[in-house]
Amino acid sequence: MKKDFPIFKRKINGKNLVYLDSGATSQKPAIVINAEKEFYENHNANINRGIHTLGDEATRMYEDTRKKVAKFINSNFKEVIFTRNATESINLVARSFLKPILKENDLILLTEMEHHANLIPWQIIAKESKAKIEYVPIDEEGLLDLDKAKKLLSKKPKIFAFTHVSNVLGTINPVKELIKIAHSYNVPVLIDGAQSVPHFKTDVKELDCDFLVFSAHKMLGPTGVGILFGKKELLEKMEVFMGGGDMIKEAYYNGFIPDEIPNKFEAGTPNIAGVVAFGKAIEYLENLEMKNVEKNDKELINYALKKLSKIKNIEIYGPKDSKLRSSLIAFNCYTNDNVLIHPHDLATILDENGIAIRAGHHCCMPLHEKLNLTATSRISFYVYTTKEDIDVFIKCLEEVNKIFNKEIEVISK
Amino acid sequence: MKMSEEMYTEIILDYYKNPKNFGNLDNPEIKFKDLNPSCGDVVEIQVKLEKNKVHDVKFNGKGCAISLASAELLTEHLKGKNIDEIKNLNKEEILELLGINLSEIRLKCALLPLKVFKVGLYNYLGEKDEGQNY
Repeated sequence: MKKDFPIFKRKINGKNLVYLDSGATSQKPAIVINAEKEFYENHNANINRGIHTLGDEATRMYEDTRKKVAKFINSNFKEVIFTRNATESINLVARSFLKPILKENDLILLTEMEHHANLIPWQIIAKESKAKIEYVPIDEEGLLDLDKAKKLLSKKPKIFAFTHVSNVLGTINPVKELIKIAHSYNVPVLIDGAQSVPHFKTDVKELDCDFLVFSAHKMLGPTGVGILFGKKELLEKMEVFMGGGDMIKEAYYNGFIPDEIPNKFEAGTPNIAGVVAFGKAIEYLENLEMKNVEKNDKELINYALKKLSKIKNIEIYGPKDSKLRSSLIAFNCYTNDNVLIHPHDLATILDENGIAIRAGHHCCMPLHEKLNLTATSRISFYVYTTKEDIDVFIKCLEEVNKIFNKEIEVISK
Repeated sequence: MKMSEEMYTEIILDYYKNPKNFGNLDNPEIKFKDLNPSCGDVVEIQVKLEKNKVHDVKFNGKGCAISLASAELLTEHLKGKNIDEIKNLNKEEILELLGINLSEIRLKCALLPLKVFKVGLYNYLGEKDEGQNY
């Protein structure tokens, strides 16, 4: 499959690229890259305005992706809004859905494992409205405390926003169960699907979530395209987000009438070529079939966990049961005298061998503080990742161990 | 020789694992802490002055081998020096102390302690550091 992805022809420091940072962004297949080029070469025009041929083609191609996304997550196409990224999608819901109804002392419910993207937008509006935020705690393995979640939901927060898959722990949360409980208290739910939608079949009807956000660039698509799914009746009632062209039905010097959904939330010229190319990414995934994407992920995670557990002085974070994990593993290595081999140092040595991993706090500073960690290293997989990639990585990890366990007694102190 | 072997010399690893100047001081005249937001490395430097000279200096924090080895080397370098001597301490001198080649990204790790010290020093002096762009 690597042959579909031009980047794998690239050498890094003279070595074949082993890309284990798909959780940050996935690589792109040639059909996606070419679709963007093809759009600019043959169809480029603005959408929703041109009566001319190109304008019509561009509009159809843009809307075609909306239909593909809708089918991919089993929603109505009017419920699919294009944004810049998952972060913007969350900001949109915070600003247009929650802010207008949020009052002093109201509660917003999140969890302790949220990415900054699902943390800061809520903190901003909570501060403005003097509302409170509470967090569903996690246990040592990185699993949500469901009893505590139930208790907190019974306090009827104005929204429960949480991630389907943790980008640090890899935990797959029991989303369907949590949504059911939330709805029994009439609490609307936003799911951060940035790490889940790319990796397994996500059906918004089956989940019954009120909002779902994800990013095209983590699922073979271009950067600069995010998706917000929202239930039609909620999107229709919501306030507008950004103002400008494309989002209005009628405009006057003394006011405006917003357009219907989805246009209501898509002010200004969007990333048309990016959205068109994203349509090709979805096609690619549908040809693979999501059940196979998930199967490949599971095989890799089991393989990597088995291999990693044999490394000396390693600490692996997240659930022990691999069934509860998705396609990433965060870990730390220590020297024989129990000094942390800092993820930055680890990543530097791996990079020299052509291996790309993530090192740092992965946009989850509060979670790292909770786990009492400065930083972690993270490997993450996608459709092009192979067991051979993991073998190369493991071999290099052993080399890092050697470097950091060099005899240093000889040095005068 | 591979870059990692050059970078992670025995001396750097020794400074990382067994720093001598790691800790805290009582009532330091200069105390400043900062972090590198991209990786979360945190370094605090504390300086005890006597007659415009660095009487004692300690650092603490969390970070990678490069940033903490750099902090150890910097603090060692500062000891006994007159303020005027160290006011204009720069990037090149730190890299010379470290004696290793670094990539652009890792330069930030190496220079965090210098940045922390200089901001702390200039805050103490009530002056503005015109010359430095960290």
